[in-house]
Amino acid sequence: MSIIARKRPMRPVAIALGLIVLGAIGWAALAPIRVVSHDAVYEIPHGTYAARTSGKKVDIFPQTIRLTLGVKDVLVLRNADSVPHIFGPTLIMPGQSFRLPFEMASTYSFECTAHPNGGLNVIVDPGPAPGPERLLWRLRRMTGAS
Amino acid sequence: MNLRSRLGLLVTAAILLLFGAAVLIALPRGTAPSPSASSPTMKAGMFTPAHDAPDFSLPGSNGSPVTLAGYRGKVVLLTFGFTHCAAVCPTTLATLSQTRKLLGSEANAVQVIFVTVDPERDSADHLRDYLAAFDPTIVGATGSPGALAAVRAKYGVTATKQGDGADYAFAHTSSIFLIDRAGKLRAVMPFGHDPADFVHDVRLLQAG
Repeated sequence: MSIIARKRPMRPVAIALGLIVLGAIGWAALAPIRVVSHDAVYEIPHGTYAARTSGKKVDIFPQTIRLTLGVKDVLVLRNADSVPHIFGPTLIMPGQSFRLPFEMASTYSFECTAHPNGGLNVIVDPGPAPGPERLLWRLRRMTGAS
Repeated sequence: MNLRSRLGLLVTAAILLLFGAAVLIALPRGTAPSPSASSPTMKAGMFTPAHDAPDFSLPGSNGSPVTLAGYRGKVVLLTFGFTHCAAVCPTTLATLSQTRKLLGSEANAVQVIFVTVDPERDSADHLRDYLAAFDPTIVGATGSPGALAAVRAKYGVTATKQGDGADYAFAHTSSIFLIDRAGKLRAVMPFGHDPADFVHDVRLLQAG
Protein backbone atom coordinates (compact mmCIF):
# COMPACT_ATOMS: atom_id res chain seq x y z
CA MET A 1 0.00 0.00 0.00
CA SER A 2 1.40 3.34 -0.91
CA ILE A 3 0.70 6.61 0.79
CA ILE A 4 0.63 9.67 -1.43
CA ALA A 5 1.46 12.78 0.59
CA ARG A 6 -0.62 15.56 -0.75
CA LYS A 7 0.91 19.03 -0.66
CA ARG A 8 -1.11 21.32 1.61
CA PRO A 9 -2.07 24.61 -0.02
CA MET A 10 -0.36 26.81 2.57
CA ARG A 11 1.92 28.62 0.14
CA PRO A 12 -0.51 31.48 -0.72
CA VAL A 13 -1.11 32.11 2.97
CA ALA A 14 2.60 32.17 3.71
CA ILE A 15 3.26 34.52 0.82
CA ALA A 16 0.46 36.82 1.92
CA LEU A 17 1.70 36.88 5.50
CA GLY A 18 5.22 37.54 4.32
CA LEU A 19 4.08 40.40 2.17
CA ILE A 20 2.09 41.87 5.02
CA VAL A 21 5.04 41.67 7.39
CA LEU A 22 7.41 43.14 4.79
CA GLY A 23 4.94 45.87 3.97
CA ALA A 24 4.49 46.74 7.64
CA ILE A 25 8.25 46.87 8.20
CA GLY A 26 8.70 48.99 5.09
CA TRP A 27 5.98 51.36 6.16
CA ALA A 28 7.35 51.66 9.69
CA ALA A 29 10.83 52.36 8.37
CA LEU A 30 9.94 54.86 5.66
CA ALA A 31 6.58 56.48 6.29
CA PRO A 32 6.72 60.10 7.46
CA ILE A 33 6.08 60.56 11.15
CA ARG A 34 2.78 62.15 11.96
CA VAL A 35 1.83 62.95 15.50
CA VAL A 36 -1.29 64.38 17.05
CA SER A 37 0.59 67.14 18.86
CA HIS A 38 4.12 68.51 18.63
CA ASP A 39 3.76 70.29 21.95
CA ALA A 40 5.89 69.50 24.98
CA VAL A 41 3.96 71.30 27.69
CA TYR A 42 5.46 72.44 30.98
CA GLU A 43 3.69 74.45 33.62
CA ILE A 44 5.10 76.80 36.20
CA PRO A 45 2.73 76.04 39.08
CA HIS A 46 1.03 78.54 41.27
CA GLY A 47 3.14 79.39 44.31
CA THR A 48 6.50 78.77 42.66
CA TYR A 49 7.83 82.25 43.32
CA ALA A 50 6.47 82.33 46.88
CA ALA A 51 7.98 78.93 47.67
CA ARG A 52 11.33 79.94 46.25
CA THR A 53 11.48 83.25 48.11
CA SER A 54 10.66 81.42 51.35
CA GLY A 55 13.73 79.29 50.77
CA LYS A 56 12.02 76.08 49.68
CA LYS A 57 13.61 74.01 46.97
CA VAL A 58 11.18 73.78 44.09
CA ASP A 59 11.82 71.41 41.22
CA ILE A 60 9.20 72.23 38.64
CA PHE A 61 10.53 70.66 35.51
CA PRO A 62 13.84 69.20 34.44
CA GLN A 63 16.96 71.31 34.13
CA THR A 64 17.28 69.94 30.62
CA ILE A 65 14.32 69.44 28.31
CA ARG A 66 14.83 67.13 25.37
CA LEU A 67 12.83 67.62 22.20
CA THR A 68 12.85 65.84 18.84
CA LEU A 69 12.41 67.57 15.50
CA GLY A 70 9.24 66.54 13.72
CA VAL A 71 7.93 64.71 16.78
CA LYS A 72 8.00 66.92 19.88
CA ASP A 73 9.55 70.15 18.70
CA VAL A 74 7.39 72.84 20.25
CA LEU A 75 8.06 73.92 23.81
CA VAL A 76 4.99 75.26 25.57
CA LEU A 77 5.46 77.01 28.90
CA ARG A 78 2.40 77.89 30.94
CA ASN A 79 2.74 80.32 33.77
CA ALA A 80 0.18 79.37 36.43
CA ASP A 81 2.09 81.35 39.05
CA SER A 82 0.93 84.72 40.35
CA VAL A 83 4.03 86.59 39.17
CA PRO A 84 5.69 86.97 35.77
CA HIS A 85 8.53 84.59 34.99
CA ILE A 86 11.40 85.16 32.61
CA PHE A 87 11.89 82.35 30.16
CA GLY A 88 14.81 82.81 27.83
CA PRO A 89 13.92 85.57 25.45
CA THR A 90 10.91 86.90 27.27
CA LEU A 91 8.69 87.52 30.22
CA ILE A 92 5.66 85.25 30.58
CA MET A 93 2.84 86.90 32.47
CA PRO A 94 0.63 85.05 34.98
CA GLY A 95 -1.98 82.98 33.17
CA GLN A 96 -0.10 83.27 29.90
CA SER A 97 1.41 80.55 27.72
CA PHE A 98 4.45 80.86 25.52
CA ARG A 99 4.73 78.50 22.58
CA LEU A 100 8.19 78.29 21.07
CA PRO A 101 8.75 76.11 18.00
CA PHE A 102 12.16 74.73 17.09
CA GLU A 103 13.24 74.01 13.52
CA MET A 104 16.92 73.25 14.04
CA ALA A 105 18.56 70.48 16.02
CA SER A 106 20.86 72.09 18.56
CA THR A 107 21.34 72.80 22.25
CA TYR A 108 19.71 75.98 23.47
CA SER A 109 20.41 77.61 26.81
CA PHE A 110 17.82 79.93 28.25
CA GLU A 111 17.52 82.08 31.28
CA CYS A 112 14.56 80.85 33.34
CA THR A 113 13.48 82.27 36.68
CA ALA A 114 11.36 79.19 37.38
CA HIS A 115 14.53 77.17 37.86
CA PRO A 116 16.57 77.25 41.06
CA ASN A 117 19.77 78.21 39.24
CA GLY A 118 17.98 80.50 36.79
CA GLY A 119 18.76 78.51 33.65
CA LEU A 120 17.17 75.94 31.39
CA ASN A 121 18.72 73.87 28.61
CA VAL A 122 16.68 72.66 25.68
CA ILE A 123 18.29 69.95 23.57
CA VAL A 124 16.60 69.48 20.22
CA ASP A 125 17.53 66.18 18.59
CA PRO A 126 17.10 65.46 14.88
CA GLY A 127 13.98 63.47 13.99
CA PRO A 128 14.33 59.71 13.38
CA ALA A 129 15.81 59.29 9.89
CA PRO A 130 14.03 57.03 7.36
CA GLY A 131 15.29 53.47 7.68
CA PRO A 132 16.26 51.45 10.73
CA GLU A 133 16.24 54.54 12.96
CA ARG A 134 12.62 55.32 12.18
CA LEU A 135 11.66 51.65 12.44
CA LEU A 136 13.24 51.38 15.89
CA TRP A 137 11.59 54.64 16.95
CA ARG A 138 8.18 53.26 15.99
CA LEU A 139 8.88 49.98 17.77
CA ARG A 140 9.95 51.81 20.93
CA ARG A 141 6.86 53.98 20.72
CA MET A 142 4.62 50.96 20.23
CA THR A 143 6.10 49.19 23.22
CA GLY A 144 5.98 52.35 25.29
CA ALA A 145 9.75 52.45 25.64
CA SER A 146 9.89 56.11 24.65
CA MET B 1 -8.74 24.53 -8.49
CA ASN B 2 -9.51 22.11 -5.71
CA LEU B 3 -11.28 22.82 -2.48
CA ARG B 4 -8.13 23.33 -0.40
CA SER B 5 -6.67 25.78 -2.89
CA ARG B 6 -9.88 27.75 -2.79
CA LEU B 7 -9.80 27.69 0.97
CA GLY B 8 -6.22 28.98 0.94
CA LEU B 9 -7.15 31.85 -1.32
CA LEU B 10 -10.11 32.73 0.84
CA VAL B 11 -7.93 32.79 3.95
CA THR B 12 -5.39 35.00 2.14
CA ALA B 13 -8.10 37.35 1.00
CA ALA B 14 -9.53 37.50 4.52
CA ILE B 15 -6.10 38.34 5.99
CA LEU B 16 -5.56 41.06 3.41
CA LEU B 17 -9.00 42.49 4.14
CA LEU B 18 -8.29 42.44 7.88
CA PHE B 19 -4.92 44.14 7.31
CA GLY B 20 -6.54 46.77 5.12
CA ALA B 21 -9.20 47.38 7.74
CA ALA B 22 -6.54 47.70 10.44
CA VAL B 23 -4.67 50.26 8.36
CA LEU B 24 -7.87 52.21 7.77
CA ILE B 25 -8.62 52.19 11.49
CA ALA B 26 -5.09 53.24 12.36
CA LEU B 27 -4.82 55.99 9.76
CA PRO B 28 -7.20 58.56 11.21
CA ARG B 29 -5.36 58.46 14.55
CA GLY B 30 -1.94 58.55 12.96
CA THR B 31 -2.61 61.36 10.56
CA ALA B 32 -4.86 63.53 12.62
CA PRO B 33 -3.74 67.11 12.19
CA SER B 34 -2.21 68.67 15.25
CA PRO B 35 -4.13 71.57 16.76
CA SER B 36 -1.29 73.85 15.74
CA ALA B 37 -1.38 72.60 12.16
CA SER B 38 -4.99 73.60 11.69
CA SER B 39 -4.11 77.30 11.99
CA PRO B 40 -1.03 79.06 10.67
CA THR B 41 1.69 79.13 13.28
CA MET B 42 4.45 81.62 13.66
CA LYS B 43 8.15 80.94 13.49
CA ALA B 44 8.56 83.05 16.62
CA GLY B 45 7.48 82.08 20.12
CA MET B 46 3.83 83.07 20.53
CA PHE B 47 1.94 84.32 23.56
CA THR B 48 -1.53 83.10 24.48
CA PRO B 49 -3.34 85.24 25.35
CA ALA B 50 -1.49 88.22 23.92
CA HIS B 51 -1.34 91.24 26.24
CA ASP B 52 -0.79 94.89 25.36
CA ALA B 53 2.87 95.54 24.67
CA PRO B 54 4.21 97.78 27.46
CA ASP B 55 4.44 101.27 26.01
CA PHE B 56 7.17 103.79 26.63
CA SER B 57 8.18 107.26 25.59
CA LEU B 58 11.87 107.74 24.85
CA PRO B 59 13.84 110.34 22.87
CA GLY B 60 14.06 109.06 19.31
CA SER B 61 16.73 109.19 16.65
CA ASN B 62 14.15 110.87 14.39
CA GLY B 63 13.95 113.87 16.70
CA SER B 64 10.58 112.90 18.20
CA PRO B 65 9.62 110.86 21.23
CA VAL B 66 9.33 107.19 20.35
CA THR B 67 6.17 105.50 21.59
CA LEU B 68 4.45 102.31 20.52
CA ALA B 69 1.14 104.15 20.39
CA GLY B 70 2.64 106.32 17.66
CA TYR B 71 2.94 103.25 15.44
CA ARG B 72 -0.53 101.81 15.95
CA GLY B 73 -1.67 100.28 12.68
CA LYS B 74 1.83 99.04 11.91
CA VAL B 75 3.58 95.85 12.91
CA VAL B 76 6.44 96.83 15.22
CA LEU B 77 9.65 94.84 15.47
CA LEU B 78 11.25 95.92 18.74
CA THR B 79 14.81 95.04 19.67
CA PHE B 80 17.34 96.08 22.29
CA GLY B 81 21.06 96.56 21.79
CA PHE B 82 23.93 99.02 21.49
CA THR B 83 25.80 100.51 18.56
CA HIS B 84 29.24 99.34 19.73
CA CYS B 85 28.03 95.74 19.70
CA ALA B 86 30.42 93.65 17.63
CA ALA B 87 28.21 90.86 16.34
CA VAL B 88 24.68 90.33 17.63
CA CYS B 89 23.19 93.81 17.10
CA PRO B 90 24.60 94.35 13.58
CA THR B 91 23.35 90.91 12.62
CA THR B 92 19.89 91.62 14.01
CA LEU B 93 19.70 95.00 12.28
CA ALA B 94 20.90 93.55 8.98
CA THR B 95 18.28 90.79 9.29
CA LEU B 96 15.49 93.28 9.97
CA SER B 97 16.68 95.53 7.17
CA GLN B 98 16.64 92.57 4.79
CA THR B 99 13.18 91.64 6.07
CA ARG B 100 11.87 95.05 5.05
CA LYS B 101 13.47 94.71 1.62
CA LEU B 102 11.85 91.31 1.11
CA LEU B 103 8.48 92.68 2.15
CA GLY B 104 8.61 95.31 -0.60
CA SER B 105 5.68 97.71 -0.38
CA GLU B 106 4.31 95.78 2.61
CA ALA B 107 7.27 97.14 4.59
CA ASN B 108 5.47 100.48 4.79
CA ALA B 109 3.30 98.87 7.45
CA VAL B 110 6.30 97.67 9.47
CA GLN B 111 8.33 99.73 11.94
CA VAL B 112 11.63 98.61 13.42
CA ILE B 113 12.54 100.17 16.78
CA PHE B 114 16.02 99.77 18.26
CA VAL B 115 16.21 100.68 21.96
CA THR B 116 19.73 101.19 23.20
CA VAL B 117 21.02 99.63 26.40
CA ASP B 118 24.03 102.00 26.29
CA PRO B 119 22.77 105.57 26.68
CA GLU B 120 26.26 106.75 27.61
CA ARG B 121 27.49 106.29 24.05
CA ASP B 122 24.25 106.06 22.08
CA SER B 123 22.84 109.56 21.77
CA ALA B 124 19.86 110.13 19.50
CA ASP B 125 22.12 111.63 16.81
CA HIS B 126 24.60 108.77 17.01
CA LEU B 127 21.76 106.24 16.76
CA ARG B 128 20.40 107.99 13.67
CA ASP B 129 23.76 107.87 11.88
CA TYR B 130 24.42 104.28 12.91
CA LEU B 131 20.98 102.94 12.00
CA ALA B 132 20.93 104.74 8.64
CA ALA B 133 23.69 102.42 7.48
CA PHE B 134 21.23 99.52 7.82
CA ASP B 135 17.92 101.13 6.96
CA PRO B 136 17.06 104.82 7.37
CA THR B 137 13.51 103.94 8.43
CA ILE B 138 14.71 102.18 11.60
CA VAL B 139 14.02 104.37 14.62
CA GLY B 140 16.42 104.38 17.54
CA ALA B 141 15.40 105.18 21.12
CA THR B 142 17.60 106.31 23.96
CA GLY B 143 17.07 107.98 27.33
CA SER B 144 18.32 108.09 30.87
CA PRO B 145 19.75 104.87 32.31
CA GLY B 146 16.78 104.67 34.66
CA ALA B 147 14.18 105.16 31.95
CA LEU B 148 15.82 102.55 29.72
CA ALA B 149 16.11 100.08 32.61
CA ALA B 150 12.40 100.52 33.32
CA VAL B 151 11.54 99.70 29.70
CA ARG B 152 13.80 96.64 29.76
CA ALA B 153 12.16 95.40 32.96
CA LYS B 154 8.72 95.55 31.34
CA TYR B 155 9.91 93.22 28.58
CA GLY B 156 12.08 90.96 30.74
CA VAL B 157 15.14 92.18 28.87
CA THR B 158 18.48 91.97 30.63
CA ALA B 159 21.61 94.03 29.92
CA THR B 160 24.78 93.53 31.91
CA LYS B 161 27.78 95.77 31.39
CA GLN B 162 31.00 93.91 30.73
CA GLY B 163 34.39 95.58 31.15
CA ASP B 164 35.33 98.99 32.50
CA GLY B 165 37.56 100.42 29.78
CA ALA B 166 36.53 102.47 26.78
CA ASP B 167 35.66 99.28 24.92
CA TYR B 168 33.11 98.04 27.40
CA ALA B 169 30.29 95.93 26.08
CA PHE B 170 26.94 94.53 27.18
CA ALA B 171 25.60 91.02 27.49
CA HIS B 172 21.97 91.60 26.64
CA THR B 173 18.79 89.91 25.53
CA SER B 174 19.03 89.50 21.78
CA SER B 175 15.45 88.56 20.91
CA ILE B 176 13.11 90.61 18.77
CA PHE B 177 9.62 91.42 20.04
CA LEU B 178 6.78 91.28 17.50
CA ILE B 179 3.93 93.69 18.21
CA ASP B 180 0.81 93.62 16.10
CA ARG B 181 -1.09 96.53 14.57
CA ALA B 182 -3.29 96.81 17.66
CA GLY B 183 -0.30 97.12 19.97
CA LYS B 184 -0.44 93.56 21.34
CA LEU B 185 2.81 91.80 22.11
CA ARG B 186 2.15 88.69 20.06
CA ALA B 187 5.48 86.93 19.81
CA VAL B 188 9.20 86.91 20.43
CA MET B 189 11.72 85.79 17.84
CA PRO B 190 14.92 84.43 19.38
CA PHE B 191 18.19 85.60 17.84
CA GLY B 192 19.40 83.63 14.85
CA HIS B 193 16.33 83.47 12.62
CA ASP B 194 16.70 84.54 9.02
CA PRO B 195 14.73 87.29 7.24
CA ALA B 196 12.36 84.77 5.63
CA ASP B 197 11.08 83.79 9.07
CA PHE B 198 10.40 87.43 9.92
CA VAL B 199 8.63 87.95 6.59
CA HIS B 200 6.48 84.89 7.34
CA ASP B 201 5.49 86.17 10.78
CA VAL B 202 5.03 89.80 9.78
CA ARG B 203 2.60 88.70 7.08
CA LEU B 204 0.67 86.65 9.62
CA LEU B 205 0.46 89.67 11.92
CA GLN B 206 -0.56 91.96 9.09
CA ALA B 207 -3.31 89.52 8.15
CA GLY B 208 -4.71 89.80 11.63
